[in-house]
Order: sequence, then C-alpha cells, then structure tokens
Amino acid sequence: MANFIVWVVWCGAAFSCIASALAVISFRNPFFSALSLIGNLASLAVLYLLLGGEFVAAGQVLVYGGAVMVMFLFVIAYLGDRTDQAPWAGGPSWQAVGTVLAAGAILAEVLVALALTTGGHLSHEAHIGRSFGSPASVGRLFLTDHLLAFEVTSIVLLVAAVGGVVLGSHARALEDDARP
Amino acid sequence: MHGPDVAWYLVLAGMLFVTGALGVLVRRSPLIILLSVEIMLNGANLALIAFARHYGHEDGQVFAIAVMAIAASEVVVGLGLIVAMGRRDIELDVDKLRTLRG
Repeated sequence: MANFIVWVVWCGAAFSCIASALAVISFRNPFFSALSLIGNLASLAVLYLLLGGEFVAAGQVLVYGGAVMVMFLFVIAYLGDRTDQAPWAGGPSWQAVGTVLAAGAILAEVLVALALTTGGHLSHEAHIGRSFGSPASVGRLFLTDHLLAFEVTSIVLLVAAVGGVVLGSHARALEDDARP
Repeated sequence: MHGPDVAWYLVLAGMLFVTGALGVLVRRSPLIILLSVEIMLNGANLALIAFARHYGHEDGQVFAIAVMAIAASEVVVGLGLIVAMGRRDIELDVDKLRTLRG
C-alpha cells in the first residue's frame, strides 16, 4: 500500500514537473513563464523529499522558489510589458525544426546511455538511516569533506553580488551620459 | 526503497534537461533563456540527488546545494545584464545582439 502511494505521488510530481517545464518554454509572456517555473521547482521539491533529501527540498523551496524567483519577477515587472514573439509563430522555421530534432537526439542519447550502462542494477538501493538528508548530516559534510567547495561557493556568491552592483551602476552612468 | 527506482528519476532528469535545452535554443528573449537554464540545472540536480539516494551517501545532496548557490549567482549576473539592456533600450532579443560595443 505504501508502495502504491509513493508511485502515485511520484507520477503526479513527475507529470507536473514536465508539464510546467514545457509551459515555461512555451508561454509568450515571461511573467507566466516565471510562475510556471515556481510550479516546476515545487514539484521537484516533492521528488527530492521522496529521495530522502529533506534539507535540499526545503532549500529548493526557500532559496529557489522564494528568493531567486522573486528576483526574476521584480526584473520582469521592472522591464514592463515586453512579450516575446510566440515561440512557434509563423510556421515551423528550419531553425525550430532543427532545434527540436537536436533536442530529441539528446533525449534519445540519454535514454540509450542509461539503458546500456545501468542495465538493471540500479534497483538495489543502499540502506539509509533516519538521519539521511537531515540538515545536521548535510551540514557536517559541508564542514568536513567539502569545506573547500563551501568556501569557494561563498567567494563566488560575493563576486556575483559585486558584479550585479557594478552592472547596475554602470548602466546608470551610461544613462546619465546619454542624457543631453 | 518502495516506489520507483533511480532509473526512473534519471529518465525524468534527462527529460527536464532536454526541455530546458529546447527552451535555450528556441526562445529569443534572454529572460526566458535564463529560466530555461534554470530548468537544465534542476534536471542535473535531480540526477545528483537520485544518485545520492542510490549510494546512500549525502555527497550528491551537497553537490546539489552547491549547484543551487552557483545558479543563484548566475541569475544575479544574467538579470544584471538584462536590466542594463533594458535601461539602454536595447530590444530584448538575443538574435539582435550582434556586436560587443561597450
């Protein structure tokens, strides 16, 4: 019975994940695309919970679905109404056809590689304890085995923040120059 | 584990990645290209977390959190560029950005 419920939750989350991803790339208005991406992130958080990643799921909803998407929505609101052309408008151009073929080829390659290399031996999962994926165990790994990655990530975040400020103030200086 | 095994999650991760790649290649608005890159990163994250569950070790989850932090910084820089484009009244269409004038 528990098995069945997990399958139902998995199928629902997987379906909404793919459907909202397709919605992101097919809406004309970036605002609706950003809202669909929030749905995509939420359904991915459900999948992370099924995989035992409680801390990552919480971080996904708070950091990604909260902070990053609010930043996106602010920028979309700041830029105003600039709807893109409909992605499939004007009949299938050769570029769009080529792109879809290339994407289909990547998907086929991934699936074939998966089938060939994993065979069927991915079905034996390791046994995990109750603390798997809890903030304590993930944090312990961050501060022991992956300390260098942790510190480098903080430097990257600092550089990105400085870069965002520089890009914003540079644009303002150019705007002042352009003004007569 | 009860429920789907890791191969199902990997198939889903591959489909997400391909959907994001399709968005990057087809769309011309830089905003939607950034959103599609987020979908690609999330596909990779799903694979990392699925393997973390498979091997019973949280290293994959640590990588996924690092990927989320890098994605946040990428969004900051990308949105900064888009705002700079919007302030200079450049049309938001990556096909029309052909020169690298400062």
